[in-house]
This record gives sequence, structure tokens and C-alpha cells, in this order.
Amino acid sequence: MGSPAVRMFHRLEGLFCVYKPAGVHWKLVRDTIETNLLKGVNATPARPLPHEVRFLPSPNKDHEVAGGLALRAASVPVLSKHPLVTGPEFQHIKVGVGHRLDVSSSGVLVLAVGNGNRTMRDLYRTRTTRDYSLQCEFGMATQDFTDTGRVVERTTYVLLPSESGSLYRYSSVDMSSQEAYELAAKGLLGPDGKSVPILTGLRCVHFQPPNFTLEVQCLNETQKYLRKVVHEMGLELRSTAVCKGVRRTRDGPFTLQHALTRHHWTAADVAQAMQQHRWKKRSKGRCGTVTDKAVAQTPGETLAASQEDEANRETTIAELQCS
Amino acid sequence: MSSACAAVCRRCRWLLSPKSSTHLYNVQVQHSMKVDKSARVGNGFSSRGNHTATLTGLSWKRQTSYHHDFTTKYLTTEAKESTDDLSRTDATENKPALMPAVDAFTLGKSQMSPDDLDADDECSALEEISEEEAFGISVPPSIPPASTSLQQYVDKSETLTKLVQLGVSLWKLERRPNVGSMLLRLDFNRDVAPRLLFLKEIGVEDSRLGYIISHNPFILSENLENLQARVNYLKSRKFSSETVASMVSRAPYLLNFSVKRLDNRLGFYQQQLKLSSANTRNIVARLPRLLCGSLEPVKENLKVCEIELGFKENEIQHIVVAVPKVLTANKKKLTQIFDFLHNTMKVPHYLITKFPQVLNTKFLRLKERHLFLEYLGKAQYDPNLPGYVSLDRLVSLPDETFCGELASATPEDFYLFQKTL
Repeated sequence: MGSPAVRMFHRLEGLFCVYKPAGVHWKLVRDTIETNLLKGVNATPARPLPHEVRFLPSPNKDHEVAGGLALRAASVPVLSKHPLVTGPEFQHIKVGVGHRLDVSSSGVLVLAVGNGNRTMRDLYRTRTTRDYSLQCEFGMATQDFTDTGRVVERTTYVLLPSESGSLYRYSSVDMSSQEAYELAAKGLLGPDGKSVPILTGLRCVHFQPPNFTLEVQCLNETQKYLRKVVHEMGLELRSTAVCKGVRRTRDGPFTLQHALTRHHWTAADVAQAMQQHRWKKRSKGRCGTVTDKAVAQTPGETLAASQEDEANRETTIAELQCS
Repeated sequence: MSSACAAVCRRCRWLLSPKSSTHLYNVQVQHSMKVDKSARVGNGFSSRGNHTATLTGLSWKRQTSYHHDFTTKYLTTEAKESTDDLSRTDATENKPALMPAVDAFTLGKSQMSPDDLDADDECSALEEISEEEAFGISVPPSIPPASTSLQQYVDKSETLTKLVQLGVSLWKLERRPNVGSMLLRLDFNRDVAPRLLFLKEIGVEDSRLGYIISHNPFILSENLENLQARVNYLKSRKFSSETVASMVSRAPYLLNFSVKRLDNRLGFYQQQLKLSSANTRNIVARLPRLLCGSLEPVKENLKVCEIELGFKENEIQHIVVAVPKVLTANKKKLTQIFDFLHNTMKVPHYLITKFPQVLNTKFLRLKERHLFLEYLGKAQYDPNLPGYVSLDRLVSLPDETFCGELASATPEDFYLFQKTL
């Protein structure tokens, strides 16, 4: 067995998820986690220093008269192994980050420690979908599609209440046009690794002009793409819309429920979260019901757009609108 | 035989500093010569080493003759020295053994090994290596001439050993350019001890010495008179000796700056902020870092407070005296917090001046707590209205107390709320 620090590190290896606050870069989140884990791992009691026998000049004065040096054997600690000399046992921990979240978005961010990185690669190879909830607002268009960006255009949305049916229709359209899109998607291969973003589900869960909230399931997206979707949706509705917040509520099997808020980014809490995740996976594996693949993409529920390029995607949005 | 002796010698050389090793070697040679002589004469010489008693006469004789062979062979290489030794051993023949402790060990070692060697006497490979070669080959340098780490030197260097015992993080220091070689060149008694004593004299606690040297190893190469002059200067500015000690232990670089520079800094804070000398002393004593760092960021921060945040001069004075850290804070962070306080929470300037600690808090902490209170409908920061939440309590209370006293909710609710942001 290794030292206590190594044992502690092995307990930390695996996958877990944190809740990234908005306004913080994901790199900062990752580095904070790494620092906290290092602190936890290195706080374990250090190994006792090895001793070696050395011959020290004896303080006895009698023998120095003869012009020689008297030595006596003594067992002294080997200082070159002292933690102050070698530094802490762990100086880096490999912490990998799952699908990224940009600065202004918040939500579930998957992190992998040590050999969990391999597991994470496998997890993302299974084409897991992610859930987002988008908080949007009608009435303006900005350069970067967020509410803080430079305003390009302001529009009224007074007409919208009369047209609000169209929005509900829009969200229901998604559902009803599912089969059509499945047909459309049949000719295409499933996205292998990197591909253009694919929306597999879109739902309006809250509508109170000018604010509304969308729930999106998607693959290979970026947060900017989602904001652009909102922007284009606003245009389609003959108004403009900006996205006030992007919040990821699920990434593959990781949900909000298991995400650690930033007060719990300590080694002990992370170890506990890992344990929970492992336990959950094991119990699922035993039941044989839900595997990563099944979580990934269930064709029965998926619908909507798979696009080759920007132009193509816009047409699909238009199609969504029309139908 | 020769290799055994070489091993012994190497061992001796390894144990001792280079200066004394040659001396020790001579002593050893002397002794073996003497033992040899006494055995041959057979005058009942009873040396104090007990090893003679355990051996039979024959083997003793044989081994001592080995010794003799070896020593003469060796001594031929240094003919002059050997004759000196011989004459000296003759003179001191009847004296008691010179070095019982050392010789008991070395002889014991060399008497053990010939027995082993006798067993494989036929092995010619051992015989063919001449002593000179053996000495030349098998002695690796005990200390590497160059290294990226101080690890190899720690056990041999008295200075480094003592520094580790003081609690200095050598692993951090060795990453800094030139610091490692500087530390190795220092002599503990000549360079290090006087400075440590000096620090102790001005009142620095023992436990802080390691911290100071870990952060500023250059204090060990600073002139003692300069250090004294700087301490005298600070005392002449009416800093009490306890304050000086705490300042030095919190800002390790403080004593490395010249009196002129320190004076410059103190003058700057007094004039720029228009503070009384007592207040200047107060802020410098609480944040001695102010005297070490550059003044440019401080000037920038003051401008940010004045122009960007719109504080009046007396307000800035008040803020700085209450929280000197505002002067060295990141100006981006300052504006971010102020923006949130003033534009989102609608807190007026005079309230921020009253509770300047909010400028020193973490932005996320402030934001999450405010949004939580707002969600609960309790975000009320006006002291004249009921349900007043003071800014001080908002940011300084720990999570549990905040949830219990201000939000009347459980921490779990607060954490769940954070996941909806």
C-alpha cells in the first residue's frame, strides 16, 4: 500500500459534477478544484522520516588532544526526505473538464480526476445529450445575443400576446413534427464525435412576456449556439429576443441534484460525490436497465434539427416555425 | 583488502567534511602501522581496543601483515608523509591508542573483510586491481557539483539542515533563480545565526522565522547594519517595537528596502490620503505590505475610487483607514463589487462608506446572498425602513448564521437556491 496521501488520492479518482456559477471561467473552477483536492490529499499525515546511521564528531574533549576527531554513531533522520525539502507529495492532480460552459453560463460541469479522465472520454463517446434551460427576453437584439451585449436593435413585443399562441404552437410544433424530422434525419449518420450542434428537443416551460424560459435538449452544442437559436427565434416571431442566462441542468447522467455548489468543493465532499456516483452506476449496472448508451440518445424522444451547416439550420428553424 | 580499505576510506571521507578527511586518513594509517609493529615485536602490547582479545594470534598476525602491506604500498605513493608517519609511530609506540572510537570501527571493518577475501583468495580479479585504481574508480563525489534540487545537499550542509529545522520550505526556495546556490554558500555561524539573532532581538517570534526566510531568503545576505538602520528608522517614526516585530513577520521583505524608500512610501500615504501621522502608522501597521509594493497600483486604485466609483475624498479616507486592503485590491474586482452594490442592490455611497468591509468581500458571496434575500423578499438595505439588513452582517456572517439569522432558512435551501442561478 502507498502512503496515506496515495490512498486518499485513489479515493478521489473518478467522475463527479459541480455547479459552475455564472461569471466564472471554467478554467478557474477547474483550478480551484485542483487546489482544494491537493490541499486535502497533502493534509494527510506524512510518512515518518527514515533514519540513517551517521558518525558525528563526539563532543568528548579527551581525544582531540591527540589531534584526531572522535566519532560516535548516531541515528539521525534523513532530512533530504523531509516534506519541507521534497515539497508536498502531490503537486499536480490531473483534473479533466467535460463539456465546457462559457463564462456567462452556469450549471452542471462534469469533472474527472485521475483515471476518471478515461471514463469521461468513454462517456462522451456515447453521444450523451445535455439539458439546458434558457432564460430569454423579448424586445431587443444584441451583438452577442446576451442581455449585456451591445444592443443592435430594439423592438416592441406588444403584438405578441395576440401571437402568443404561435409560441405555444411553436413548442407544440416541436412535438408534432417529431416524426417528420425523424424521417429527415434518417438519411443522416449519427454525429460521430464533432459535428454541428443538434437540437433534439425544445420546449417552452414558462411564458410571461417579455420573459420566457426554454428547455432544450441538444448534442454538440455551444452556449453561443443556444443564444443564437433564441435570437433567431425572436426574429422568426417578428420581434427580437436575447438570452439572459444559459443554465445547464443535465450533462449525460449527471443532474443538478448531484452537482456540488462552490461551498462543497473540498476533497471530502468530492470523495463523497464520487462514492455516490460509483454506487449509483453499480446499482444501475446490476439492474441492467439504464446504461450510458440508453441515457445518451433515445430516438423515440428525439426530434428536430440535425443540420449540416448554418444555412441548413436556419431553414429548419423556419420549418419549425411554419409547421 | 584494498577495496575494503577503500570502502572504509570512502566512508570516512563521505562522513566528514573534505578538510578533515585527509587528516583522519593519516591517523588511520598511523594506527595500523602501530598495531602492526607492536604485534611483530610481541611485547604484550595491550591496546585499548577490545578487538585484539577476540582474535587468535595467527590470524591477527596475518591480518596485521595485510595491513602492513597495504599501508606501505599506499605510503610509497606519498613517500614523504609515510616516513613522517613511521617516525612518529615509533615515537608514540607505547602510548595508548590514539583514537579508540574511530579505530575500533575502522579496524573492525577491515578485519572483517579480509576474512571474506581470504575465502575467495583464488579470485584473481580482486588481486589485479591496483590500489590506486581502486581509489580512483570507486569514490563517487559525495556532493554533486550541480543539481536542480537542494535535496542532495541538505544532509551535508549545516546551513540547510538548520534551515529545515527552523521550518523553511526549501522546496519553494529552490525554484527561485539563484536562491539555492546563495543558500549553499552561506555559513551558518557566520551568516545565518547573526541575522536570526537579530530578528529575535527585535521581537520576531521563533515560529515566524521559518515563514520569513521561506518568503525572503535574501534577508540572510543583507548587511546587519542596514537591517539595524531600517529598524531604527521605523522606531524613529514612532512605531512601537511590538509593531515593528509584527510588521516584519507579516511582510518579510520589509527590511530589505532602504531607509529612503521606506520614508518615501510613508510620505506618499500620508500626503496622498491626507491622513494624520497616527492614522498612517495605523494603516501601515495593519498592512505592512503597503511599504513593500509598488505605488502605481495604489495610485490607480485611488483614482478608481475617486473618479469611477465617485467617492469623496473624506469618504476614501474613511474607507482606507477602515480597510487598508482596498488600496492593494484588484481594481477590476473593486468596480465589479461596487457596480453590483450600487446599481443592483441600490445601496447609496454613504452606506458603503459606513460598511467598507463589503468592498473586501468575494463578489460571488455578495451576489448569491443578495439574490437569495431578494428571492425571499428580505433584501432591504435602508436603515430607516423595517427589516433592515446591514451590509456588514450580509457579507461577514458565515453561511449557517446568515441563513439562520438573516434569511430564516436552512443552509440546504440556500445551496439549492444557488443551483438555480
